[in-house]
Formats: sequence, C-alpha cells, structure tokens
Amino acid sequence: MGELNITGPQILFRIGGYPITETLRNQWIIMGILIFAAWFSTRNLQKFPKGKQHFAELWVSIIQGLVKQAMGEKNAWFAPYVIALLPFIFLNNISGLIGLRPATADLNTTLGLALMTVFMLHYYNIKSNGIITYLKGYLSPFPFFLPINIVGELSKPVSLSFRLFGNMFGGSVILSLIYLALPFFLKLVLPLPFHIYFDIFAGAIQSFIFTMLTMVFVAIAIG
Amino acid sequence: MNEALIMGRAIVLAGSAIGAGIGLIAGLGPGIGQGYAAGKGAEAVGRQPEARGDITQTMLLGQAMAETTGIYSLIIALILVLLNPLVGLVG
Repeated sequence: MGELNITGPQILFRIGGYPITETLRNQWIIMGILIFAAWFSTRNLQKFPKGKQHFAELWVSIIQGLVKQAMGEKNAWFAPYVIALLPFIFLNNISGLIGLRPATADLNTTLGLALMTVFMLHYYNIKSNGIITYLKGYLSPFPFFLPINIVGELSKPVSLSFRLFGNMFGGSVILSLIYLALPFFLKLVLPLPFHIYFDIFAGAIQSFIFTMLTMVFVAIAIG
Repeated sequence: MNEALIMGRAIVLAGSAIGAGIGLIAGLGPGIGQGYAAGKGAEAVGRQPEARGDITQTMLLGQAMAETTGIYSLIIALILVLLNPLVGLVG
C-alpha cells in the first residue's frame, strides 16, 4: 500500500551556508506573482478607469471598507498592510493545489507573520498611549493580574501562528493519508471534495481570520 | 544491554501512540462549542432573515476561533505519531 512520508520542507541549496528551503522558494514565487499583479494593474493610471484598473480599484475599495468596518473610521490608514497581507496568506494557502508545498504549512512563515502582528500592536500601543499607560495596562484591573496579563500577551503570537500552521499542516497530512488509502483509479476523482474543503475553504477562512485578528488587535491597542 | 535499549524504545513508542490517541479527546470541545455557535447563528437568522450575510460571516469567524484548541491537540498528536521526537532521548 506504500508508506507515508511526512517530512519538513526540503533544503534545495545553500547560499553561503544559509539553507534555502522549499518554503522560501514557494514564498518567493507567490511574492513574485503579487508584485507583478500590483505593478501590472497600476500602469497608466487614468482618472476614468478602464480595463484592469477596475480590478485594482475594486480590490482596494473592498479592503478599505473592511478595515473601516473592523477598526473604525479613523484607522483607515492601516489598509495597505491588509491589502498586502490577505492575498499573500490566501495564495500561500491554496498553492497546494498547484503542487507547491504551502509556505504556511511551515511554522517559520506563520511565526514570522504573527511576530509582525505582535510587534505592531505593542508599537502602536506605546505610540498612541505613551509608555506609562502601556505599562500600567499590565496592572489593570488589579495589580495581581500581572502574570495573567503577561501570559495573555504571550499567547497571542502562539495562537495566531499555530492556528494557521495547524490548519495547513494538518490538512496536508490528512490529504496524504487519503491519497495513501485509495487505489490508483480512485485517486483522480475521489479526493476532490477533500481538496475543496482543506485547501480552498480552510485556506480562505484561515487567511481571513488571521487578517481580522490582526486588525482587531491593532484597533484595541490603539483605542 | 541492546535488549534493554530496544525495550526502552518500544515503551517510548507505545507511550507516544497512546498519548496521541488520548490527546485527541480534546476534539470534544470544539465540537460542542462550534455546534452551539451554529445553533445561535441559525436562531439569529430566523429572527432577522435579511441580515443573513453578516450573521454567517460573524458565525464563521467565531467558529474558526473556537477551533484553535482542537488544532493544538491535532498538531501535538501528529508530531508524536509521525516525527517521534521522544525516541531519540532513550539511548
């Protein structure tokens, strides 16, 4: 029946002793696609849009509406980060359908994104409220809440990164098990609904969840 | 000496497998919580059918948050069964 082979990402080559893994290569492919799409749809910007400029304006206006709804009117300046983050995570999640190992199925990627979110929320908290209020926030509502607040702050990057990693990695393992269990002639058709659920549906939901949580954390940190 | 080492490794592997299976009892929590959230969502749609899009979006968001602890236990079970991290500590 064959054997199950679940490994981490393969190391492709090394640049000066630093390993370049499959995760990095797949991420660079997705980044290339996104940068090309951004450059291509904003060439020859005109006041009355036509053609591909419609698509770019539609995307930007949808995300700006989402940011204003989730974070309030005064936080609409946060939209560019969301415009970049949401398609990045979504394309990385569904890149399993093209045959690439999803970059978000590696804890390094998701931990990096979660640490960016955590750094942003601490930075904007200090910048908006001053460092005295930020430090006093750890002692609220009662001073003996300090360890509880610290654990709560430490759990944010852990839960953000592990939620995305667990969904993607677990999905890929379950799909490997399904492919292992089927005979050859069923391998072409029967896994299809599982791909629809694990790759497309879970990928879209998890990317949306990550982005919404980022927006909500930063909005709470500012206000 | 070699026999004791093999026995030790066998015990660690058996313990990992049993631990992975028991750990997945944690799938009970998200099942109950997400089902409850879906029931409340259905109730809200019944009360106000024209808000169905907003209610569905909020419900899916809440359910994905509630699923997190189930995912934690799945990851620990997968790592225990497939990567066998504890066997290397035996000898």
